[in-house]
Amino acid sequence: MVDTHHITLEPTESKDTRSGFGQGLLEVGHQNPNVLGLCADLTGSLKMNAFRDAFPDRFFQVGIAEANMMGVAAGMTIGGKIPFTGTFANFSTGRVYDQIRQSIAYSEKNVKICASHAGLTLGEDGATHQILEDIGMMKMLPNMTVVVPADYEQTRQATLAIAMHHGPVYLRFGRPKVPVFIDPSAPFELGKIQMMMSGADLTIAACGHLVWEAIQAAVELAKDGIHADVLNVHTIKPLDEKTLVKSAQKTGHVLVAEEHQRAGGLGCSIAQALSSQHPTPMAFVAVEDQFGESGTPAQLMKKYGLSAETIVVKAKGLLGR
Amino acid sequence: MNSTELQTLATQVRRDIVRMVHAVQSGHPGGSLGCTDLLVQLYFSTMNINPEEFDMDGKGEDIFFLSNGHISPVWYSVLARRGYFPLEELKTFRKLNSRLQGHPATEEGLPGIRIASGSLGQGLSVALGAAQVKALNHESNWVYSLHGDGELQEGQIWEAAMYASHHKVDNILSFIDCNGQQIDGSTDEVMSLGDLEGKWKAFGWRVMTCDGHSFADLQRVISEAHQHRGSGIPTVVLMKTDMGKGVDFMEGTHKWHGIAPSDEQLTDALNQLESTLTDY
Repeated sequence: MVDTHHITLEPTESKDTRSGFGQGLLEVGHQNPNVLGLCADLTGSLKMNAFRDAFPDRFFQVGIAEANMMGVAAGMTIGGKIPFTGTFANFSTGRVYDQIRQSIAYSEKNVKICASHAGLTLGEDGATHQILEDIGMMKMLPNMTVVVPADYEQTRQATLAIAMHHGPVYLRFGRPKVPVFIDPSAPFELGKIQMMMSGADLTIAACGHLVWEAIQAAVELAKDGIHADVLNVHTIKPLDEKTLVKSAQKTGHVLVAEEHQRAGGLGCSIAQALSSQHPTPMAFVAVEDQFGESGTPAQLMKKYGLSAETIVVKAKGLLGR
Repeated sequence: MNSTELQTLATQVRRDIVRMVHAVQSGHPGGSLGCTDLLVQLYFSTMNINPEEFDMDGKGEDIFFLSNGHISPVWYSVLARRGYFPLEELKTFRKLNSRLQGHPATEEGLPGIRIASGSLGQGLSVALGAAQVKALNHESNWVYSLHGDGELQEGQIWEAAMYASHHKVDNILSFIDCNGQQIDGSTDEVMSLGDLEGKWKAFGWRVMTCDGHSFADLQRVISEAHQHRGSGIPTVVLMKTDMGKGVDFMEGTHKWHGIAPSDEQLTDALNQLESTLTDY
């Protein structure tokens, strides 16, 4: 038996998180006339077509010029607009880091940086496009909020939520179709960890595509009598340290899983929080200081160990079983 | 304000600049002195602004963006003398706990500053975004921006230039401070800018040239640009200036881009710049 909250263990459909963003953007466009959309020649990939077609006067094609896009977006906040920029995660962060740093983060501009095709699950395009360092770069910037939702519905909700939050936000999502497992009626609150499962033996904290893997791993572990708290840390910054520490105090063991380099990601944030508040033995499921490569998303997740199977093995290792 | 009054202000602003940079023994006097006349013209004659009640969104106001943020001394002096903040705050320039950061910033809440600048090449994009929002908001106001000529070596400027003409942004007037100097030497030595007029034209802009030290000439290009609102074409002014203008030993050389005068040099400079208004 496993103790679940707001999720189904037998999802009936799979959808891409980027489509959740596209749907959310369309909805927020209807809700708030100040919302603008900017895209650097990836409107289809970012699923921004519906927003563009519904609000042609509020959509700005920027062309293949991401640095300019970030600057224009920053300027558009002056006058009260809420610009949402859209491009791949690689081009949303590393390519334009200085623009984000000076014109958006330091200047506290209300820009929503929306980044698709993050991580290995971008797939066949290979390592040039598979950014695995973006969470680290973005969370280091003062004033920046970093959000990594777990499924279609949550990405839709996160898109609505960040429009309500005043300040720069990095919203990271992905390309492949993944199970839609979170109950749409589950409350989504920025900065608040979502408990997906409860157990007393182990805490598994995950974000993005790895939340579903963590849930599958927890189901497997339960068969061996290991019961896990599964925390969906959709907001990496600010980190919900209170919920995290409470879980660590209960279970005494924390495993973090993410589609990101081990250095600088969610695991680092959690280790830093726990080491000062409740030092806890930890294990990490992440990319180990490597670049990715071409392959299908499923092949890559397996090869680089970002899977339920790896979580199970590392969890047992952490618990000494 | 007539040209004599503007000249009076410009001389005092130049005094402020050399005194500010001397006081903290750092900062960028050369470009500041070169762009003094433009900023005095914009803030005391051209722009429709509300200094007493600074508002970040600037709705219903004209907005100025300084993309070459290192010439902050001239901007701070002009903002203070226009009433955005107390004149005596110029004493805090570049010092700990000051609102007058080395490069302009919003974090400390200095009235008049709407975005950080200093890392070059970003300000044209920002100005275009703000200009487009003015159009979306059906405001008749203008957005002005200033860029160094050396700054045009940054690729983002040309991304922005392409964007402006594509999106028909015609409520922006951008000035290029053509002093032909940058940190390592003349622009010709460091990285030739070539045919700037041809480059901007090729990117779809209306190009004008002017003498950046003549209020009459500045007024001429501004007034001409204003007549082209509605044309769908952005306008840039290649503004010829002398780096270090007004202080003979600083004029025309890259060497005064980013260093401060000594005590003796300050005295020499101030002897050349009569105190026309009260020093801060």
